Amino acid sequence: MAERRDVVDQATWVDRFSSLPAARRSLILLSPAFALIGAFGLAPLGLILVYSFLVPGTYGGVVWELSFGAYIQFLFERDIFDGTLTFHLSYLQIGARSVILAGLAVVGCLLIGFPTAYFIATRPPGLRNVLIFLVTVPFWTNLLVRTFSMMLILRDQGPLNSILMGIGIAEKPLSLLYTDFAIGLGLLYSFLPFMVLPIYASLERIDFRLVEAAYDLYANRWRVLQRILIPLSLPGIAGGCFLVFIPSLSSFLAPDLLGGGKHLMIGNLIAQQFGTARNWPFGAAAAMILLSLVLIALMIYARQVARRERNVA
Amino acid sequence: MNAALSQTPPAAVGTAIELRSVTKVFQTGTAGSVTALDEVSLAIRDNEFFTLLGPSGCGKTTLLRLIAGFEQVTRGDILLFGDDVAGLPPHKRPINTVFQHYALFPHMTVAENVAFGLRMLRRNKAEIRRTVETMLTLVKMPDLGERKSSQLSGGQQQRVALARALANHPRVLLLDEPLSALDLKLRQEMRLELKTLQRETGITFIFVTHDQEEALTMSDRIAVLQAGRIQQVGTPDAIYEHPANPFVANFMGETNLLSAVLGTVERDMIRCQLEGGAEVLARPVGTKAAGCRVTLSLRPERIVLTADPGSGLAGRITDCLYRGTDTSYRVKLERGPELQVYEQNVADHSHGMSVGDSVRALIAPGAARILVG
Amino acid sequence: MMAGPRTFDLKRYPGFGFIAAVCLGLLYLPLFVLVFFSFNERRSVSNWSEFSLDWYAKALANDAIRQAATNSFLVATVATISATILATAAALATTRVPRFRGLTGCYAVINSPLMVPEIVTAVALLSFLSLIGLELGVGNVMIAHTVFCLPFAYLPIRARLHGMDTALEQAAADLYADPVQTFRHVTLPMLMPGIVAGAALAFVISLDDFIITQMVASAGATTLPVYIYSQVRMGVTPEVNAVSSMLLGVSIVIVSLAVLLRKKETT
Repeated sequence: MAERRDVVDQATWVDRFSSLPAARRSLILLSPAFALIGAFGLAPLGLILVYSFLVPGTYGGVVWELSFGAYIQFLFERDIFDGTLTFHLSYLQIGARSVILAGLAVVGCLLIGFPTAYFIATRPPGLRNVLIFLVTVPFWTNLLVRTFSMMLILRDQGPLNSILMGIGIAEKPLSLLYTDFAIGLGLLYSFLPFMVLPIYASLERIDFRLVEAAYDLYANRWRVLQRILIPLSLPGIAGGCFLVFIPSLSSFLAPDLLGGGKHLMIGNLIAQQFGTARNWPFGAAAAMILLSLVLIALMIYARQVARRERNVA
Repeated sequence: MNAALSQTPPAAVGTAIELRSVTKVFQTGTAGSVTALDEVSLAIRDNEFFTLLGPSGCGKTTLLRLIAGFEQVTRGDILLFGDDVAGLPPHKRPINTVFQHYALFPHMTVAENVAFGLRMLRRNKAEIRRTVETMLTLVKMPDLGERKSSQLSGGQQQRVALARALANHPRVLLLDEPLSALDLKLRQEMRLELKTLQRETGITFIFVTHDQEEALTMSDRIAVLQAGRIQQVGTPDAIYEHPANPFVANFMGETNLLSAVLGTVERDMIRCQLEGGAEVLARPVGTKAAGCRVTLSLRPERIVLTADPGSGLAGRITDCLYRGTDTSYRVKLERGPELQVYEQNVADHSHGMSVGDSVRALIAPGAARILVG
Repeated sequence: MMAGPRTFDLKRYPGFGFIAAVCLGLLYLPLFVLVFFSFNERRSVSNWSEFSLDWYAKALANDAIRQAATNSFLVATVATISATILATAAALATTRVPRFRGLTGCYAVINSPLMVPEIVTAVALLSFLSLIGLELGVGNVMIAHTVFCLPFAYLPIRARLHGMDTALEQAAADLYADPVQTFRHVTLPMLMPGIVAGAALAFVISLDDFIITQMVASAGATTLPVYIYSQVRMGVTPEVNAVSSMLLGVSIVIVSLAVLLRKKETT
């Protein structure tokens, strides 16, 4: 008898859940994920927004006192003696370097990524899957390990310098590591799969009869590329550019390991303020500025996608 | 125990399903709404092969889903052997469905698919094994139990879907366009099999289709739906021969819809004057009296063409299309409209008529039907 | 007309093959160099002497590495399990119901850990955890990892549910399965490839994370990437190469399995 009651109890619990309105059921299923992301994802973001308007504590942390000092610090330096503000460029430079290097990484990835994606998309299906798998693997492997391996390549005694000296281009080892070039190359190398995969996805969908039709209508190779292939793969190109730009802009490892911590990007500036510099409000303000840049890029991208979808419809 | 299955058995001839003013409104987006079914009342008898026929979007599938319990009515009642099923979820209704694309579970074998319902009802293993065997034999697939459903052809999947539904000995079987995914030859074969199966099992079949030929050949009775309303309910021949309105006449095969004015009654027939003056005889309907404007339905195969100038209505062939079993003509009457006519090809070029020829159209008294709607 | 030496290939663009080769070379050469020198007998990562597994033996005998590896796998396992369960529930909530207002908002919340730069998440979590005074050691890392693994687990599960015909669940209900039975016998088995793929990705993402862990982890909660980073800052030895190669190997194996599994599903 007791067993039977169990069955009944279970049934009523199930019935009660399944007879709830759909929206209520969804809410119940969503709430654990939402609670976790809310508490440990969104609330911390809110907190550093608040921190960015506070005063730094002497040994890290914050003093609860409203201040715009953190944001002012980006453009002006306060004189220690008379407290006057003088305009300075060093933080602005870090921001500019971040945007420029991320932009260069996008251009580089596009120049290598589009031909690669096209080449893969025009292979026979078996080979295509193998090649795409090869591009996918680095996408999921450890970024730290990959950046470290790039360090090994670029070292003064590294293989790249050996080759350059071997073929007589350089007489003594070039200092490749700890330069802006190294950071740029590192970004390109880190995020190249992010460019290839979306472009491949849209090229793969192209009906190649369209290309035949274009040739039939007297287009040459260049015109086909310009008028057919690039326009039709534009969604993938835009997606790839976005996916490379965002992590490049906020990159920490490439400038840290390949730039040697001397050529900072925004990511390093933020980490530094929460680490050795112990200026949490300034770090929080830098994080907010980075987040805003990312959200702006996201909005531009989302708007473009929406417009394209409207045009299709 | 499952409450729905321990009901008292119904009388031999009773009503399996009764719909009382069933209305279903779907909310579309935030503001709009669509009325899929509008005040539908219907009684489906026990042991009947009943077909819901109509063009796509007429509400027939919605009606089926309401009966199965996948959707809830907006207004009205659905009675299953006399009991209101409002609020009863699908898994508590003694009804099974053969889905349009079969919905076989791809991660299970054929036998596991067929056994699924009985396992959910916690029947004992031996009984389940026996039933699965019987069912697979019934649908002529006795040796394919261990196959995965993805390894089957369309026709085989259809049979498994049927076996899976029948294994539970439902009181009512719902079939949602089950033949639409099959090719023509298999479809015709399955029509016969389904009809036989229904007769042998005595289960009430409710069959949804948009194919009028399917409906005519298989059903005991048909309900024609259009725009969420029932247009006509009746036996196949009643619906074909006596369509209630122009929609039914047109949907059930080809017809000539002719507007006419009623004239005098002659014995049991009434004279109908077509536009242009030609006259045909039809059976009088209800209270319609002389001078009334009506619409006539005249089936193309009920008109006979002859070259003999002594009888029928004079006309000229304007179009001629050879179609294998028959030839389709268009004939412009001298004193009337243009008619569609089908002539069986009983001999080589039986009539030898071609475009431009003068012909006579013979229309038997009563061949034209006065439509009420 | 004379045929050329080669027929005109509509799809071919000269040089694209070369660029593709450069691309793959760029992606893999550094990794090959890394792995190659992990087998070097000498204490150098640029001059090859002879093959040796010494550095692997050293790495495996190193207590700090063993501790870090244990932490890494512990964190990844807990984060994967919790993220996958939460993601499955969330995926069911966002696909198996009629569209409702705010659905786009739900997607945005679940995927927000993907949109926020890692470094921002890292310092935000650091501030937040020190403010509320939560000091669970490895537990802190597990919570952080669960949050950012969630969208990676969610996306393949949702994709799978999207592609799943609701008629199958209706068929189960039609065949007397109650909602729990329907979920157990139909929805869950059908969903399994998506869940496994999602779990695999979550595991790899957790295993690979460096920045957030670096900020959040206290002294005893070091994971492998954090350990490798500290060693790289101190100087490069083949031992680091060996540890890195092993971590690389694990990631590649898991990703390959996930890809193979998905391929098996689609064929």
